[in-house]
Amino acid sequence: MNRKRILLFSLPLLFFGLLVALFLRGLELDPRRVPSPLIGKPAPTFTLPRLHDPAKTFSTAEMKGKVWLLNVWASWCVACRDEQPLLVDFAQRHLVPIVGLDYKDDPRDGKRWLAALGDPYDVIAVDASGRVGIDWGVYGVPETFVIDKHGIIRHKVIGPIQPEILEHRLLPLIRRLQEEPA
Amino acid sequence: MIPELGHFALILALAVALVQASVPLVGAQLGIERWMRIARPAAWALMLCMAVAFGALSWAFVHDDFSVLYVANNSNTALPLVYKLSAVWGSHEGSLLLWATVLSLWTVAVSLFGRGLPLAMLSRVLSVMGMVSIGFLLFMLLTSNPFERVLPPPLEGRDLNPLLQDPGMAMHPPMLYMGYVGFSVAFAFAIAALIDGRLDAAWARWSRPWTTVAWMFLTLGITLGSWWAYNELGWGGWWFWDPVENASFMPWLVGTALVHSLAVTEKRGAFKAWTVLLAVFAFSLSLLGTFLVRSGVLTSVHAFATDPARGLFILAFLGVVVGGSLLLYAWRAPAVRSHVHFSPVSREAVLLLNNLLLVVTAASILLGTLYPLIVDALGVGKISVGAPYFNAVFVPLTLPLAFLVGVGAMLRWKQDRLERIWRHARWPAAVSLLAGLVLPLLFDHWTWQAALGIGLACWVGLTTLEGLRDRWAGRSRPLAALARTPRAFYGMSLAHFGIAVFVTGIALTTTYSLEKDVRLAPGESYVLGGYEFRMLGVHPVHGPNYEAQQGTLEVWRAGRRVAVLHPEKRVYRVQRNPMTEAAIDAGVLRDLFVALGEPLGSDGAWSVRLYYKPFIRWIWSGGLFMAVGGLLAATDRRYRQLVRRDARAMLEAVEATA
Repeated sequence: MNRKRILLFSLPLLFFGLLVALFLRGLELDPRRVPSPLIGKPAPTFTLPRLHDPAKTFSTAEMKGKVWLLNVWASWCVACRDEQPLLVDFAQRHLVPIVGLDYKDDPRDGKRWLAALGDPYDVIAVDASGRVGIDWGVYGVPETFVIDKHGIIRHKVIGPIQPEILEHRLLPLIRRLQEEPA
Repeated sequence: MIPELGHFALILALAVALVQASVPLVGAQLGIERWMRIARPAAWALMLCMAVAFGALSWAFVHDDFSVLYVANNSNTALPLVYKLSAVWGSHEGSLLLWATVLSLWTVAVSLFGRGLPLAMLSRVLSVMGMVSIGFLLFMLLTSNPFERVLPPPLEGRDLNPLLQDPGMAMHPPMLYMGYVGFSVAFAFAIAALIDGRLDAAWARWSRPWTTVAWMFLTLGITLGSWWAYNELGWGGWWFWDPVENASFMPWLVGTALVHSLAVTEKRGAFKAWTVLLAVFAFSLSLLGTFLVRSGVLTSVHAFATDPARGLFILAFLGVVVGGSLLLYAWRAPAVRSHVHFSPVSREAVLLLNNLLLVVTAASILLGTLYPLIVDALGVGKISVGAPYFNAVFVPLTLPLAFLVGVGAMLRWKQDRLERIWRHARWPAAVSLLAGLVLPLLFDHWTWQAALGIGLACWVGLTTLEGLRDRWAGRSRPLAALARTPRAFYGMSLAHFGIAVFVTGIALTTTYSLEKDVRLAPGESYVLGGYEFRMLGVHPVHGPNYEAQQGTLEVWRAGRRVAVLHPEKRVYRVQRNPMTEAAIDAGVLRDLFVALGEPLGSDGAWSVRLYYKPFIRWIWSGGLFMAVGGLLAATDRRYRQLVRRDARAMLEAVEATA
């Protein structure tokens, strides 16, 4: 039995060792927490076609002077399905305009998905190529940004919004921002 | 009282499993026959304990014993009885109980049908299965006790997740678990052979029928899951590349590779070390599936309530089981050598290619599923990987697989000639080419995806038929030749034919499905795919544990009423979440699928989603064909004869010593 052969047959074990290290790290990590360098910076501007009316466009300039949310989603995103009922519920309270960014998605899939799960958005922009997503530093989907009246990104939630986060972090922030002078 | 009995039965089961895992194994190593003989009664005792525990939890559900926390969280007095019973495995704790119970059933099955095995082998196999039982029983007793009480007990339960109140979902987990856990048998055989140090053809022959049966259940489980998703998630899809779907698909891919490489190991003595590794991988991926669902490291629609303590336990368990077996493998396998030669044109060569493609596909899916975690752990960022990646990887890898399947089955072992194969393959090639070019014209437009799909499906189907024809064509007594053909060969052909059916379904469904969101007031209608959908109205109805708005739509075609459909929008009384219950008129050539959206305006109009889905049933029929093929192959007379012959040999040996 030569040494090379033993090494070869130990490869699966080594590979598995790496996997276990990865999982150990994964247990410590919270898949939803991530720092964003964009917080406190002006929100990148964009002009994109609208999902329900591709002939028209949506531009970030339209939101000037308002506090608004940008929710990045896609029909292929599994975690978005978790989030959708909460967003739909939240949208019915009409507290703040919600702009959807349909990210790297086929618009037909997107529409079908909304029809099935509900549409909480005031307007949806289609980012089929993912270019705007890059500008906004989108790591994963879903992500939600809070933008203030001056067009500054004030907060970012990675992953599905949880009810506690909505009530205790997002809502107080939105109220405070809405009271700020334009 | 009864729940405490169940809890006690679990503790007793752990004690039995400890005995089963140690005594027979030591006996086999030291050659103490009395110790080895403990394995079989221990298997029965374990099953008995698990049956008591499972029965106790079922009893608590049937009698609405809400003092049991798990029952209170997953049941309700108004829940129909069938769903009370299926709610036993509707959530984390109970599904673990189901897993362990199924494992005890498999253990008893091995001890029953394995009577022909050498005693030392059987003892080792049952011991390894006992070790797996220990892991699951400890997991339940330490972190997820299904019998935990709650004081004071609530008056009413929180009801079963409405998504799970569906016949497909009631059957899906047991089937899936039969498959997952079934791979533990192949795993136990592999480990026993590694401990023994002898990896020969006999080992492959013993584990083959078990592996095939497990594979069959997993095939059925995945098919049922896909069918449930189509019925219940309400938007006409049938596969979502969700992490949990992937978790069941990876063991299936590796299991399929295992089924094929076992054939090579048994018939030709080749690929020995590789086959053992596949057996370890198939079961490891089944365990990994459990880990991914319950640990919270990935987000998924299927995720059970997550708890880091559970995640840590499963990880440790996984480390012991998989790490231990790979260590054993690294120690023993280098000594195993296969001195078998085969030419590049031979069945071995094609099966090797089949194995490579299947394993690479499984690895790519594993990579896609874990990639968000890898990126996160390396601190590079966070991403989510979706269907675009999986489709881009899966399709190019599986096309050559489907292309090879019929031809591979026709090739001879060791060496074959291309001319001979070409003689068999040329008419299927010509017909498939023609069919691919022409048949799509029968639908409303020609696309190359449909042409490729139909051509490939015809190719798979026809080469498989040609393989069958080869068994009798040119023989003097064709019928006798057909009767002599082993059942396993028919099983294989049927399973391969299932691929043809499956590919047809995918190609035509993805290409020619039509869908439309429309607003329909009573009396209005809409024509889709040649079918006229007439809205008659929407009325409230009362279910046992839900309120619903039920629509009535008639479907007409060519002046004839084809179907009356009743799609519903339900709100379950306890959990309050709205559920879309689609109505489906199923057919061999097409499904008509109607789902209610939202009420619009005051004239009784609703937004309605209409689908015309051609050939979608073929996708699941393909799965059924494969499963039935697996059943035929596993019940081949050969295996039964072997058991009988081995048993007779043992009896004679016993008589000789007496």
